[in-house]
Amino acid sequence: MMKLAKPEGITALVLKRIGLGLVTLWVISLLIFVGVEALPGDLAEAVLGQSATPETVAAFREELKLDLPPHKRYFAWLGAFIQGDFGNSLANQRPVVDLIGWRFANSLFLAGVTALIAVPVAVLLGILAALYRNTLFDRLISMATLSTISFPEFFVAYILIALLSVQMVIFPSISNINDQMNFWQKLYAIILPCLTLAMVVTAHMMRQTRAAIINILSSPFIEMANLKGLHRLRIVVLHAFPNALSPVINVIALNLAYLVVGVVIVEVVFVYPGLGQLLVDSVSKRDIPVVQASGLIFAATYVLLNLSADVLSIISNPRLRNPR
Amino acid sequence: MSTAIKTLLSAPISARLGMGMVFITLLAALLAPVIAPYGETEIAADVWMPVSSDHWIGTDNLGRDLFSRLMYGARNTIAIAFLITALSFVIGVVLGFLAATVGGWTDQFLSRCVDILMAFPTLIFALMVLSVVGTSIPALVVVIALLDSTRVYRLSRAVAMDIEVMEFVEAARLRGEGLWWLMRHEILPNAMPPLVAEFGLRFCFVFLFIAALSFLGLGIQPPTADWGSMVRENSGAITFGIYTPLWPAGAIAFLTVGVNLIVDWFLHIASGLED
Amino acid sequence: MKTTEELEKLLLAGKLSRREFIARISALGLTVTLSPALLSATAYADTPKRGGRLRLGLNGGATSDTLDPGIQLAMMPQTLVYGTLANSLVEINAEGDPVPELAESWESAPDAKTWVFKLRKGVEFHNGKSMDADDVIYSMNWHIKEGTKSAAKALVESIVNIKKDDKHTLSFELASGNADFPFTLSDYHLVVGPKDTDFSEGIFTGGYKLESFEPGVRAFAVHNPNYFKSDRAWFDEVEILGINDVNARTNALKTGQIDVMNRCDLKTVHLFKRTPGIQVMRQDGYKHFTFAMRTDIAPYDNNDVRLALKYAVDREQMVKTILRGYGRVGNDHPISVANRYHAGDLPQRQYDPDKAKFHLKKAGLADTTFKFHAAEAAFKGAVDAGALYKEQAAQAGITIDVVREPNDGYWSNVWMKKPWCAVFWGGRPTEDMMFSTAYAKGAAWNDTFWDHSRFNELLVAARAELDEKKRAEMYKEMQGIVRDEGGVVVPMFSADLSAANDKVGHGKLAANWELDGFRAPERWWFKS
Repeated sequence: MMKLAKPEGITALVLKRIGLGLVTLWVISLLIFVGVEALPGDLAEAVLGQSATPETVAAFREELKLDLPPHKRYFAWLGAFIQGDFGNSLANQRPVVDLIGWRFANSLFLAGVTALIAVPVAVLLGILAALYRNTLFDRLISMATLSTISFPEFFVAYILIALLSVQMVIFPSISNINDQMNFWQKLYAIILPCLTLAMVVTAHMMRQTRAAIINILSSPFIEMANLKGLHRLRIVVLHAFPNALSPVINVIALNLAYLVVGVVIVEVVFVYPGLGQLLVDSVSKRDIPVVQASGLIFAATYVLLNLSADVLSIISNPRLRNPR
Repeated sequence: MSTAIKTLLSAPISARLGMGMVFITLLAALLAPVIAPYGETEIAADVWMPVSSDHWIGTDNLGRDLFSRLMYGARNTIAIAFLITALSFVIGVVLGFLAATVGGWTDQFLSRCVDILMAFPTLIFALMVLSVVGTSIPALVVVIALLDSTRVYRLSRAVAMDIEVMEFVEAARLRGEGLWWLMRHEILPNAMPPLVAEFGLRFCFVFLFIAALSFLGLGIQPPTADWGSMVRENSGAITFGIYTPLWPAGAIAFLTVGVNLIVDWFLHIASGLED
Repeated sequence: MKTTEELEKLLLAGKLSRREFIARISALGLTVTLSPALLSATAYADTPKRGGRLRLGLNGGATSDTLDPGIQLAMMPQTLVYGTLANSLVEINAEGDPVPELAESWESAPDAKTWVFKLRKGVEFHNGKSMDADDVIYSMNWHIKEGTKSAAKALVESIVNIKKDDKHTLSFELASGNADFPFTLSDYHLVVGPKDTDFSEGIFTGGYKLESFEPGVRAFAVHNPNYFKSDRAWFDEVEILGINDVNARTNALKTGQIDVMNRCDLKTVHLFKRTPGIQVMRQDGYKHFTFAMRTDIAPYDNNDVRLALKYAVDREQMVKTILRGYGRVGNDHPISVANRYHAGDLPQRQYDPDKAKFHLKKAGLADTTFKFHAAEAAFKGAVDAGALYKEQAAQAGITIDVVREPNDGYWSNVWMKKPWCAVFWGGRPTEDMMFSTAYAKGAAWNDTFWDHSRFNELLVAARAELDEKKRAEMYKEMQGIVRDEGGVVVPMFSADLSAANDKVGHGKLAANWELDGFRAPERWWFKS
């Protein structure tokens, strides 16, 4: 249980969480390593596939020092990693930083554009729905968002492609961006994946915002405000919403993390060169340095966003701020 | 029991609609072998045929009757999703309540473990584990249940902690009631509304997660009928204006909407608002 | 009315002018696609136009791809390196014959053990360096040397020595006579790059120069004005995109984001054919699927068991269901109609439940359950094929249990380990290569662990035999032996289906590898 008496305790909390975050990352790096080791086969066999022969597999292994015992390899990697050397991809010898850098930038680009659309829309709709709860407006929005989150992502993606790209040739069906494009061309290329993600994420956030606000609306102090004769809009926006911030921020943080990290399906369908696709590929090729680096980036994103959510959560819940 | 029935009867229209939708789906799942005109994996006709008297909603990508597959899919998908959700709930709720009530090192340890598990993207994690243990149904159930239980843990811990600070729990403690008694009789009943709501949400989420895994080749394997995989198998048709996958996707949406309507109602009860 | 072949012969003999030929062909109601072997290189029926950016969307790209010619494992790198950036000494044309590429000519000693190759002069690498014998020797050694990772190691194992006779002449000395040696040198791994480099920059001799490469995602190349072939490499730019999801590929072609795609979705290709502005191209090459039984493990060491299982498969139904008709039935040996010595007169084995039952009873194993291991990783539809096989065999009273294996690690853990599994073969351009790779005693990829003395004897003899007729006899006998005593059930050969928009023009398509021998960028053009 968090025992905080004063605001200064928040700083201590943050530091403690950062420390825990680092430990988490370290444990994750260990788990990833063990996990990939446990997978049958190794890089040599995975890359060569059907073309593998005992000699070529052995040659591969030797060149990449895969014949060293696991703990030696792990610590060699850890040592280098801490000093900022992320190593080279085992499969094609390119520096991991190169491989991951631009893909991570791509993932952030997609996540950022989507969030810019989704968060304001979701929060606004959530507030409005709570305001006009149980009216036709509320029910319609509810139905719409409910349906959106009920379809598998790849299905939403395929439908959008079918309607907006194949039947009406407005947007491109694959979002293969590269450096020969300028900013606006890239933006145009990612419209459909953005739309797909936004639909799913907005729905989640909107529903949670609405639920959180409605939850607060049952509190005594709201009843008090009502009795005082305050206008409903004022109550919701100025009194209820600030108190609902905690769960709302939590949900936003989770969804942001998802946007950066959990969008493999969208990346596959739209052939978007993001980090998720790389991670999936590297796992199947047993390319440990790449898996480690991307896995840790993901984990760090989560940890960071969760940390922010937790801190804000605690700040806004009076009961958790004060000791029993 | 009578309170339960009373509550059910007082449900608003939307919740009743939801219950109806869920009921229809459950009926289809239970009666599948009886009402399905063809076998689950029987290849009956040509690929992607339109609606006809032989095939009420046409055929799928291998020429199997889509209606029959939809019925069998209801069975498989619901059964597996329910199993997974139930398992994840047992794990998550027990551990969450434990952490909240006992506190101290137990809480720290469990919460850290969960944090670590949650810091890793679920899809990738599932991918890695399923690659090692294979994609048999038991493996799928255990892996997804474990991953999902982290979220259930978080929620139950949060809810239990909120309840735990209330006076009546403190009173029970002072009375000398044991840990299990506390969890079962004081915390659980008061935590029901948000937990039931979460159950519904998790249940729907599991559907979609399995569909995502099937998309990447790791979920329920063919030829078993499963709504998520059916969407995936038939999605090639959309490009050519044949909207076959709309049926299994619609089925998923149908069930999810139904469950969520019930969930909304429970959330409404939990919030204690009157209208 | 004369047939196409007769008309072609007349044209070749100079008895018909090209204009008359085209007119006669059109009168037959056929479109004119003339093989380069018939006409002088610059004459095409629809004139190739220079220019344009060819965009290919290919299945077979991975983030682990490399430009290393020894490790070219899927279509994206294969089309990039072999089809865009590089050349080998020998090229296989649309007729399936070896023609000179970087080599100008070659000849062999009567024992087919020594081969002398004369190199083309005046060929330059992308960096301006001239190509000579040293570069070729270095490039060959890349695959031969100690500790090489190259997947082509087995191909070049028989080369004992490469001697430089002069700057543009090489002698190859082989361990044993091989009449098909030029075919070996046409392999897409054996491209020539500048000596003392590691090939990671993509500098070769090809029609296009590499500008950027992001493995598994995108490769971009621009026309090489110095290309030594004046009648190839028509595009200004070539862009290769890695699109593994078949729906995404289909959509991309349909919406005009790419010009060419490989591996069409069998389920929707008939719809594709009906789409205006799209052409679907079918090539019947060497690809086939086998169900490989380990002949060194019981019960598959008993030939009656093997025959029983061979009779228990309905090949026509397999082709119809699994390949949707885009393929041909197999006759339990790996030689395709596209191979030169294909024994078309060997009786085609048919589905015969009675014979199957008979053979199994003879072996005394009528009640055994046979476990068949498969995964989608083996080939698309492998598990469905297993399920189908199970039903077909049940008619003969034979019980097959289909074991679904994980995709990951299929080639390490299932293939060549489990007693009976599904296997994919790209096939080989020559009978010798195919048989040596997978059917010779002790071969690294002999997945049936087969050892047949007469077969092994014939294999070595046929390899060095320069008399066409004698060779054909030997290969026919070998196909018969594999058919009747080998450890493989070969139910079907699959056709390659690729698609392009109508603006893309091409000649007769080579059948050795997909997309015109991987060489679409080098051979094709945009129509005028």
